[in-house]
Amino acid sequence: MGRRFWRLVILVLILAVVLYPLLWMLGTSFKSREEIATNIGLWPDVFTPGNFRDGWQNFDVSFGRFFANSAMVALLTVVGNAVSCLLAAYAFARLRFRMRKVWFAIMIGTLLLPGHVLIIPQYVLFKQLGWVGGDWPYLPLLVPQFLATEAFFVFLMVQFMRGIPYELDEAAKIDGASPYTVFAHVIVPLSRPALVTTAIFSFIWTWNDFFRQLVFLSDLQDYTVPVALTLFIDSTSESAVGPMFAMSLLSLVPVFLFFVAFQRLLVEGINTSGIKG
Amino acid sequence: MGITAVPMLLSLYLSFTNYDALSDFSAVEWIGLDNYREMFTADASFWHAVRVTVTFALIAVPLKLAAALGVALLLNRAFRGVGLFRGLFYLPSLLGGSVALAIVWVNMFNRDGAFNSLLGLFGIEGAPWVNDPRFALETLMALAIWQFGAPMVIFLAGLKQIPVELYEAASVDGAGPWRQFRAVTLPMLSPVIFFNLVLETINGFQGFTSAFVLSNGTGGPVDSTLMYTLNLYIKGFTELRMGYASALAWVFLVAIALITVVLFSTGRFWVHYADGEDR
Repeated sequence: MGRRFWRLVILVLILAVVLYPLLWMLGTSFKSREEIATNIGLWPDVFTPGNFRDGWQNFDVSFGRFFANSAMVALLTVVGNAVSCLLAAYAFARLRFRMRKVWFAIMIGTLLLPGHVLIIPQYVLFKQLGWVGGDWPYLPLLVPQFLATEAFFVFLMVQFMRGIPYELDEAAKIDGASPYTVFAHVIVPLSRPALVTTAIFSFIWTWNDFFRQLVFLSDLQDYTVPVALTLFIDSTSESAVGPMFAMSLLSLVPVFLFFVAFQRLLVEGINTSGIKG
Repeated sequence: MGITAVPMLLSLYLSFTNYDALSDFSAVEWIGLDNYREMFTADASFWHAVRVTVTFALIAVPLKLAAALGVALLLNRAFRGVGLFRGLFYLPSLLGGSVALAIVWVNMFNRDGAFNSLLGLFGIEGAPWVNDPRFALETLMALAIWQFGAPMVIFLAGLKQIPVELYEAASVDGAGPWRQFRAVTLPMLSPVIFFNLVLETINGFQGFTSAFVLSNGTGGPVDSTLMYTLNLYIKGFTELRMGYASALAWVFLVAIALITVVLFSTGRFWVHYADGEDR
């Protein structure tokens, strides 16, 4: 009894420290300018939703536009990763082609490659192609996602497909199915769990991503939410704190909803898939 | 694949040039090892960024792993609400890398931020942590440690794999909790600790967003948060010295590869594989 009690006390204390910044953000978003300066408590005495209105219209372009841009980038990334990584994984897991093992090793090698190393040559390349600051500035962000460059997801799907019994492929082939039919009617339906994991993490990572979006987006109207949020830092007047917090809070809502909806999968799925042996 | 391999080679080529992103490609000049020579001998910001990054990783990574392991041990029991605890501890890992959270964090450690208010309750006079070059990097370390949830869930999965019989045998032999932790948990968990160590070290070296937000992209105050990747960004995209930044990127890549190799070679001495194949 005593031991269990103390364990719980310690856990609750740690949890309080961990959750404090999040609760503080929530509270501050609803505080008026005066209250932010005077009330050091977690909760506002008077709930002021005005920060959300002010933040939304704080720049020449409304946050509605930034959210729409972010959503578009994230959703297209999900589609791109799902389709391209599925195809690449199918090739690695089921098809026989020359140097398959070598290509696979190279693919795994890119897992260790920091994104920061690739960014300059990619920038140069996309600039030469006229994509940077072009008619549709999202090409540099999205095209790589349609070419199965996220080795992590390819790897995840290859591992998953290896668990699908070969007999199913064989049975389909005996019935006269081509590799394409096997892919569409056997592999894809059975890979649903890996596909869902890929989709969720693609979305969250892209939504939170900052570095690539910072580098490739230069016009205010094309900004995504994270890039737009950094504009608040430039204008660090006291009055901007409330709106800044309100918009920061809003920007986390989609990720938080994903967390609530897929908590088990997020906590247990992907993180442990690499080491379950 | 092409989108990765071609840029890699292009990057290697650029690192030997003075390419500046503005002028035409035909104006690019081959300048041999000049970029690398400048980096190692003349550019103080390079060595400074290396020092900042290594300091960050050396302190933040072990503390983050310690926090992750400690909480994982506390959660490695069946009790009501354990799933909720696990989920809530994991939440910062999901949100923490974002610009939004970096903004909140920086404000929390401002002169009149929540942290100083908290200290005020105990009668302690706080400092403007994020504006003080002595403490700015520490606040970023705290942000990294706060996200201990991701390695924690990996530790939890590892702890579940340890056979209960080992603990029973140890306790029959009269080993107390501390002894059991030292003699059973740590060695059995060492492959997972190793996995987390490699992963978090590589992550730690790549910290960018929080340093960018804290310093508004400058690496300040007084270059105290000039992480390597931030320095690379400044050289490449603010000063537009893309040739030089490519050289920085290649040195970074080689350094990370070397660190990984070193970690793997030390792993032989302390990582214990249950199948008896101590590689």
